Amino acid sequence: MAIEETDQVTGRRTTGHIWNGIKELDTPIPRGVLIFLIVTHLFAALWWVLHPAWPLGTTYTKGLIGGDQKQTVERKIVEAAASRVPWTERIEKESFDQIRADGQLMSKVNASGHQLFGDNCAACHGRDGKGGQNYPDLTDDDWLWGGEPERIVETMTVGVNSRHSNSRVSQMPAFGADEMLDRKQVTDVASFVYSLSSQEASGAESLGDIEAGRQVFVTSCASCHGENAKGKADLGAPNLTDGRWIYGGTLSQIIETVHGGRQGHMPTWDERLTPAEIKILALYVSGLGGKQP
Amino acid sequence: MGQLTTGEREFASVILLVLMILGIAMAAAGRFDPMGVHGGMVFLYSGALLWWILTSFFGKEPDASRFSSYYDDPIKVGVALTLFWAVFGMFIGVWAAAQLAWPSLNFDTAWSSFGRIRPAHTTGVIFGFGGNALIATSFHVVQRTSRARLADQLSPWFVIFGYNLFCLIAVSGYFMGVTQSKEYAEAEWYADIWLVIVWIAYFVLFVRTLARRKEPHIYVANWYYLAFILVVAILHIVNNLAVPVSLGNAKSYTVWSGVQDAMVQWWYGHNAVAFFLTAGFLGMLYYYLPIRAQRPIFSYRLSILSFWGITFFYMWAGSHHLHYTALPLWVQNLGMTFSVMLLVPSWASAGNALLTLNGAWHRVRDDATLRFIMMAAFFYGLSTFEGSFMAIRPVNSLSHYTDWTVGHVHAGALGWVAMITFGSFYTLVPSIWKRERMYSSALVEVHFWLAVIGTLIYVFAMWNSGIIQGLMWRTYSPDNTLVYSFVDSLLAMYPYYIARAFGGLLFLIGAIVASFNIWMTVRTVPVAVQASSDAPLPSGIYGATTSPAE
Ligand code: HEM
Ligand code: HEM
Repeated sequence: MAIEETDQVTGRRTTGHIWNGIKELDTPIPRGVLIFLIVTHLFAALWWVLHPAWPLGTTYTKGLIGGDQKQTVERKIVEAAASRVPWTERIEKESFDQIRADGQLMSKVNASGHQLFGDNCAACHGRDGKGGQNYPDLTDDDWLWGGEPERIVETMTVGVNSRHSNSRVSQMPAFGADEMLDRKQVTDVASFVYSLSSQEASGAESLGDIEAGRQVFVTSCASCHGENAKGKADLGAPNLTDGRWIYGGTLSQIIETVHGGRQGHMPTWDERLTPAEIKILALYVSGLGGKQP
Repeated sequence: MGQLTTGEREFASVILLVLMILGIAMAAAGRFDPMGVHGGMVFLYSGALLWWILTSFFGKEPDASRFSSYYDDPIKVGVALTLFWAVFGMFIGVWAAAQLAWPSLNFDTAWSSFGRIRPAHTTGVIFGFGGNALIATSFHVVQRTSRARLADQLSPWFVIFGYNLFCLIAVSGYFMGVTQSKEYAEAEWYADIWLVIVWIAYFVLFVRTLARRKEPHIYVANWYYLAFILVVAILHIVNNLAVPVSLGNAKSYTVWSGVQDAMVQWWYGHNAVAFFLTAGFLGMLYYYLPIRAQRPIFSYRLSILSFWGITFFYMWAGSHHLHYTALPLWVQNLGMTFSVMLLVPSWASAGNALLTLNGAWHRVRDDATLRFIMMAAFFYGLSTFEGSFMAIRPVNSLSHYTDWTVGHVHAGALGWVAMITFGSFYTLVPSIWKRERMYSSALVEVHFWLAVIGTLIYVFAMWNSGIIQGLMWRTYSPDNTLVYSFVDSLLAMYPYYIARAFGGLLFLIGAIVASFNIWMTVRTVPVAVQASSDAPLPSGIYGATTSPAE
């Protein structure tokens, strides 16, 4: 039963259908909509003519402009690398002193070093290079493997305890867990080590016997950390006297380290970064504040 | 429930008993696996429902007068479940948003990590909130516009409770780490099979009810609901074809591989947007808008154009989610051009809605409910324009992988999906509970502003952060090196992530206000004198009622 009527507001006729009181006007499709429809279809048709678009069995329409994503990416990577060559080549060839002397080149080093560091190193060493629990601070003067740029390049290239065949290797044994030292000796030597950098570590507050600890240190630890406990950069053994700690410097943390041992891991960057990038990072990192005196 | 006949009660009990046995079987077969937990949940869920039926098992037989009224009881339950999932899903959303600003809010436990609560959010809001709203309103709309009672009494309950069992299994699975790793289709194989059964029951019920209609024509809203039901079934089945590791294991492997898998997934994903988050909600719009505005639809012809445009073009557009990937370039271009052509039918719907308001703008001013619907149409237009724009490859190269996508999603999800739902509910609730009005129109007003301001804060924050991200990732120095590291871009996001969490919190508070208001309406507002026209027509008569019924 279709009852058409005229809508007061618009003056349009209704279609005559009614659903629970809902009616519809028979308004024609506005011209703007039709024009817009044509424009979008023309755009689509044009795109199909110009670009790969429709399947044809085992192949597809190639389009007048054509294109291939993979080739485009490869081309762009080559072009971008080529455009960097003028200055990356200098970085590869020149010595660190030469590069440092050239302010313009150094500004490029620092700019790209910031991004390379952020995307590759910051995950462990922190965005500002200050490290954190279990990861060394790169901004202090405390270097495990030496802070000269040449040594940093080496550390980055081969990694520490990495799968690189020439990896730097270092391990602190688990003196307590492997029963090289007994419980008291662990506490004593930890107390001694604690006392080296901590003023208040005298008497009452310390758990162990510092003098006994000193003896344990000489026999068990000095071979790596040195007689004076200032570390050995060729073994990657840290300085224990400077109050800078990778695994924490409270007495209980030191006991944990002596008991369980430590073996940090840094990946090799040999395959992931170019030699120029590694050099840029070495310069960038040594510029963070950690200059070897 | 009171209207179930003895036969229906018996049948329901049999179904629930079978489910309980299935639950035990799942619990036994999956005892070394999260699937065992799900078995227990199935058992308890169907046991609780069985208990409910048994309490009135020997109640008196309903009389035949029920056939002269609509069957609204399942809708009431659907409304309550919708609100529950809204608050749950949006709470998880706010939590996820807060985790992105302050990562330690995952409290270092596995179940609450971002990767698990994120799908709990998306499933909670899309399927829990959106799905229940669609089912509830579709039962309402199809009855009213067909002037016919639902085709039977048991299957609506089966659909509602079965569907919520699916949602429950899906969301609880994510917390335990169960996932197919397909976005919006994370639920594992047994949940998927269950949803197929529920969905077929839904389809059959809907079509049977339409077949009983007393009106000669099928109203537009029902075209959309039907498209939603039908297409979601197809998408769901194809994308979830998988082989489980064993019948006692939650893990399964999809039958699709490599780039085909990616394409099937995003054909699904995009059409989930199209037919779940768009078509179904357009069904809502086409019913509650003219009812609330008391205006005829602006143009029947535009309705036809946009319906067929949307259903046809959306199907081709999925590949715009895979621009610049291993997907062949021609597929990307095809998806892109279809996305552009999709814009006009989409805008035709939004325009049809807004132009329907001509002659009712004074109501828009005075009635926050109608304003919800108006805003929804506006945001629908906005997000479809944005979507078509983002589908253009060079634009997508900036927007893809950034928060811009998330902003686009929530312009659609908050501005369109959630607002049309709330606008419809404020119309639906007084109607099915036969109340004179909502408990408090002031609270509707409060909710409206919380929702609008929350959405705007959310969307603007994400537009900003998304475009900043996109630009930072592609900024090169004159020496052709990247200027920013990824971490730099994260740092730049921080203020926007806080803003987004705040905007989302406002939206969540709005949803809580709505739940309270609806609760109080049911509890305290006096029952209205029933409009005599709000009843199905006796069979054989084509309706000619001219006054709006509600
Ligand atoms: C209280 C309001 C809400 C808040 C705070 C919120 C927050 C979030 C957050 C933080 C994410 C993750 C974004 C990321 O991974 O970067 C997300 C994703 C998502 N949300 Fe929401 N959300 C809210 C409401 C909704 C609603 C109502 C819907 C749907 C109806 C929705 C649908 C989605 C979808 C589909 C995604 C996935 C987006 C993508 O993969 O690009 N959200 N939401
Ligand atoms: C004409 C209509 C639309 C088109 C052409 C469109 C297009 C797009 C595009 C190009 C993306 C980004 C894909 C990417 O870069 O990864 C996207 C993402 C998305 N859109 Fe739309 N959109 C439209 C409407 C909507 C509406 C109305 C909603 C929601 C209610 C919506 C929900 C989403 C969701 C949830 C995603 C995120 C998918 C993911 O998880 O990555 N879209 N859309």
